[in-house]
Amino acid sequence: MNPQSLPFERLKTLENFGHSLQAQSYLYRPTNVEQMNEVFKQAKQSGLTVALRGAGRSYNDAALNGGGIVMDIQDMNRIVEWNPETGLITCEPGVTLQKLWQHILPDGWWPPVVSGTMTTTLGGCLGMNIHGKNNFKMGTIGEQVVEFKALLPTGAEITCSPKLNGDLFHAMISGMGMLGVFTAITLQMKRVYSGMLNVHAWNVPNLESHIQALTENAPNNNYTVGWLDSTASGAGMGRGQLHTANYLPEGEDPNPKKTLQVAYQTLPATMFGVFPKSIIHYFMAPFMINPGVWLINTAKYIAGMREGHHPQSHAAFHFLLDYVPNWELAYGRSGLIQYQSFIPKETVREAWREILTLTQKRGLPSYLGVTKRHRPDKFLLSHAVDGFSLALDFKVTQGNRARLSALLQELDQIVLEAGGRFYFAKNSETSPETAKRYLGEETIERFKALKKRTDPNGLLESDLYRRVFGS
Amino acid sequence: MSNSRLTSQTPLKSYRRALLVGASSGIGAALAHQLAEKGYQVALLGRRLEMLEAICAEINQKHGQGQAIAFAHDVEDTEQVPALFGQIVKQLGGLDTIIYNAGILLPVTVTEFDTEKDLQMTQINYLGALAWLNPAAAYFQTLKTGQIVGIGSVAGDRGRVGAPAYNASKAALHTYLEALRNRLTRRGVHVLTVKPGFVATAMIKDSPRTLMVISPEAAAAGIYRAMQSHQQTVYVPFQWALLMQVIRHIPSFIFRRLSF
Ligand SMILES: NC(=O)c1ccc[n+]([C@@H]2O[C@H](COP(=O)([O-])OP(=O)(O)OC[C@H]3O[C@@H](n4cnc5c(N)ncnc54)[C@H](OP(=O)(O)O)[C@@H]3O)[C@@H](O)[C@H]2O)c1
Repeated sequence: MNPQSLPFERLKTLENFGHSLQAQSYLYRPTNVEQMNEVFKQAKQSGLTVALRGAGRSYNDAALNGGGIVMDIQDMNRIVEWNPETGLITCEPGVTLQKLWQHILPDGWWPPVVSGTMTTTLGGCLGMNIHGKNNFKMGTIGEQVVEFKALLPTGAEITCSPKLNGDLFHAMISGMGMLGVFTAITLQMKRVYSGMLNVHAWNVPNLESHIQALTENAPNNNYTVGWLDSTASGAGMGRGQLHTANYLPEGEDPNPKKTLQVAYQTLPATMFGVFPKSIIHYFMAPFMINPGVWLINTAKYIAGMREGHHPQSHAAFHFLLDYVPNWELAYGRSGLIQYQSFIPKETVREAWREILTLTQKRGLPSYLGVTKRHRPDKFLLSHAVDGFSLALDFKVTQGNRARLSALLQELDQIVLEAGGRFYFAKNSETSPETAKRYLGEETIERFKALKKRTDPNGLLESDLYRRVFGS
Repeated sequence: MSNSRLTSQTPLKSYRRALLVGASSGIGAALAHQLAEKGYQVALLGRRLEMLEAICAEINQKHGQGQAIAFAHDVEDTEQVPALFGQIVKQLGGLDTIIYNAGILLPVTVTEFDTEKDLQMTQINYLGALAWLNPAAAYFQTLKTGQIVGIGSVAGDRGRVGAPAYNASKAALHTYLEALRNRLTRRGVHVLTVKPGFVATAMIKDSPRTLMVISPEAAAAGIYRAMQSHQQTVYVPFQWALLMQVIRHIPSFIFRRLSF
């Protein structure tokens, strides 16, 4: 055993999204399947492990592998096949949601499930099984996948669909990139008859009305999302704003040809007509003692949101923050972290009340809270429940690390007590004990058994995997 | 030598990682504790594995599991270094600082010329440093970050009757470190030369004449401060800077007559 060391020219310091973590790794950017296989071979020879990386938009250590190899799949970004008749599209894993929607929208289609940013890659989206503001109606992105091909670290290539290799299909989607690497992904797109959505926004005064509004609206609208003011306490606790959005029925948009154009979707290059967008984050920084509030207000301003009904483009509704370049830099040098929990509908009232009360009591309120309604899914490492999610942003400072860390462990206990779950693309402090409790030992054993099959040498490992599942 | 990895960091629990060559006793052992205290994860190297493992156990007990790890290694075995360096970086999950502290002082009398002893001191004090600091320099230069610390000695500032090869090995180390600094500062890498005076360790327990002796812990604290403040060359304790200023300027015709 004399491992062969890799060339130092490959070394690169990589970050997570939010700039709160750095990891030194040997970076490889394959452009085809043979090169991917080559990376696995190199890993084996050098005694190192490989983590997969898409756009690097995870808030945590999902795409980092300190001291090991990172395989960045962004250069495998071809759209292999697009059928505007059926809406079936086959892409390489490095295709971003941006490239995807811009390719299909002019033909009258939209990706049925998108994340809050369009910079994510399909490979990353499947690895984490992302959801959107329509999780309750449409499920996760995995439920839109018709078939995928993948390369295993053994060098074997496999094809999976809900029927073919169903166990791997449901484990690789949600599997954090730990079983193999997607090489081609076929998805069903959704027909749309306009580039616009009908958006409705209104205020909800407290927790009860917030939860009720999500419950009632999620089944009856194409998209439903809430903003929660996590600084409000007392009778106003849980107050916020609800947004719903709906596709326009066929025939309602007088000029769909125009609204379906990419140029019509995107926001102007300057904000307020004056500032170039690329410098907006500098102006946000001074407000970052209370960043979310400013963000929300700005977001609403850009979108022209006000109480009532108004039309908005798909891109503006889904990807607002993408139009403020580097907005996350506004959180300062130590970055931000996100804490998202999924809580069953039976226990959500009490749990949210406890969570909000505790963050306020500890003097570490989050400013930006996003709420959604969810439904369970069949994927192995699922974060979904029949209930609700609450995503909280926290600014990290030199001084608050220890207190924030302690707070998050307390929050984990509240969520676990309530029968809740967590999301591997976001939470950065989940302990192995917590993961075991919400996933169940049996699920973890099943995942590890599958991993033994697809990756017998244990070549795929990320900092996230080691943190929650142990190496 | 365990194959386990140290705990990886999270945004709220971040670590720096240091590789310490020569950590089983004296200044190295004190530095290991000092760094762990300051939130470093450490890989500890030396020949005496049991002593290294005892230090690791103490650190892991105090600061949580997965903070320190031991590797048996003889710096005379330079061929082993590249692979071991890669292995350690893997197990640490990256590298922020390397400290070369391995060193020996083999006493010679003022009339003794012993090539065997001299070669061994050169091998351990200087050639071992080349073997370890070269890969570290290459590693850090690519990443445009990192810190290289070499433990030299006030003894490297002059050649004396009592320890010719020891003096020369430390002088060579100083000059090599200076060159590294000149190469790497522009690449974002900090290079620190440490020149301890007398430190109460096994190395000097039989030395006939010592002065201003400090504890290994005090030496480690001084070294850590210099690492923090990004000094280039530091005398530990600082009084030696003054004393050596004087000694360096003693003219040769006097120095030739001195007996130390
Ligand atoms: N004490 C002083 O007054 C003084 C003054 C100036 C400079 N220094 C320098 O400070 C450094 C530390 O010395 P110390 O006083 O702490 O003495 P020490 O207790 O004897 O420590 C020497 C360290 O070097 C390691 N080492 C020696 N030979 C090695 C080899 N072949 N391979 C790997 N590691 C080896 C030893 O580990 P193993 O034996 O386990 O291998 C030990 O950990 C030395 O470089 C010394 O020259 C000391």
